[in-house]
Amino acid sequence: MKRQIPLLITFLSGITLVIQYYVLPLNWIGKTFAGWFQAITAFAYVLAAISLFAVNGKKIRDRAPGWLYNIVLLVSLTATLYMGLICDFIGLGYPGYQPIDEGTAFDWMFQYIYNPLSATMFSLTAFFIASASFRAFKARSIESTLLLSTAFIVMIFRVPLGEYLWLKVMPDGWSISWFIDTFIMGGFNNAGQRAIQISSAIGLISVSLKIILGVERSYLGGE
Amino acid sequence: MGKPVLYVTGLADVDDIQTLAALSILSHVAKKTAEYDTSILATTSRAVTFSAAQEVVRDAFTIAGRPDSFSVESVRYISDDQFGYAAGVDGMMVREQPAANFYMGKFYAESLIFAETGYATGAIQIAGTAQANQLPFFVAACDYTLIGEELFAASAYLSGDPLQVGSLRGQDVGKAIVMVVLVLASFDATLQVLFDWSFTSYLGALLS
Repeated sequence: MKRQIPLLITFLSGITLVIQYYVLPLNWIGKTFAGWFQAITAFAYVLAAISLFAVNGKKIRDRAPGWLYNIVLLVSLTATLYMGLICDFIGLGYPGYQPIDEGTAFDWMFQYIYNPLSATMFSLTAFFIASASFRAFKARSIESTLLLSTAFIVMIFRVPLGEYLWLKVMPDGWSISWFIDTFIMGGFNNAGQRAIQISSAIGLISVSLKIILGVERSYLGGE
Repeated sequence: MGKPVLYVTGLADVDDIQTLAALSILSHVAKKTAEYDTSILATTSRAVTFSAAQEVVRDAFTIAGRPDSFSVESVRYISDDQFGYAAGVDGMMVREQPAANFYMGKFYAESLIFAETGYATGAIQIAGTAQANQLPFFVAACDYTLIGEELFAASAYLSGDPLQVGSLRGQDVGKAIVMVVLVLASFDATLQVLFDWSFTSYLGALLS
């Protein structure tokens, strides 16, 4: 029964959602299902929060390597919950304001702690791109040399300095941007991306059918 | 020896097929780690995915005959936030020094942050995603990459179930049909441009 009931729910939900997508008067079913999913998600967050406290609490108790970071995580989690949820609930918030409104303590945390931290992590991508490119763009074979030269053309002439140099050297009417947009990005790059997208879409349809029909069950565990 | 295996399920929730494919592969990976008595660290960025992943790993350990080896710390919810999740997983990579990193599912800008940090720790890295924009990053920084449909085919291949492996043949036939249609449609569009006449316009005129 532990296996049969989830499979039955998956089958009925899958079939219903496919039908409601094509039959417009039944669209409300999809919205209802989305609402149910939100309700399930809310309960799942309680489990996730318990897990966070259990895993990090154990590390703090055991003084595991980096246990100070676990304290930071739990303090941040508790402070954010307090500011966004409990503070308002017990009447210490800002009367007439929602916690997410501008000027509240929760908004201050979002603007001046969360946003800079996110931006810091995202900015690491620039350095990682440089190190990954250094390894990837090496002329080891004909294919990698082609990749290297194409990347060189795109990177150099997609920035204002490259375009400026091109216009200085080449005659009027010889547009490198047109060549890059039409042949490299619009031709080779587009063809490759679309090949991946089309085959992914076919794979996605295949897996969806297998899941709806109960052929693929390993995502439920126990297979 | 003795180092854990890190499994990252991506940023999407269980309503995304890529996440379900990732959970299916997680089932096989967890079973294998249990058989070799190696610890696994499965990280999730969504609460529902966390619950599902916990069941998948627990069942895999039970099937492998080592239910007592399963620990609640094997599956961890990190954060719903994209870069909070990236920071959390990166921290785990640096502290726990996993021997192998699996990145399966839907990824966005954090893909390269994961892959490069994993490369720096010296782990064997296997990635799989259908996000065409993130594939170059994984290809550059990982040892093996499942490209697009290979992510969806991997679980069927690993299961060894004839019914599932047979479905891969169906996918190949589907691709062949799409290829033929694309070639014919391109030929037809070319006729329209060159001669202002095409089979589709001819059929349209016949039907109207």
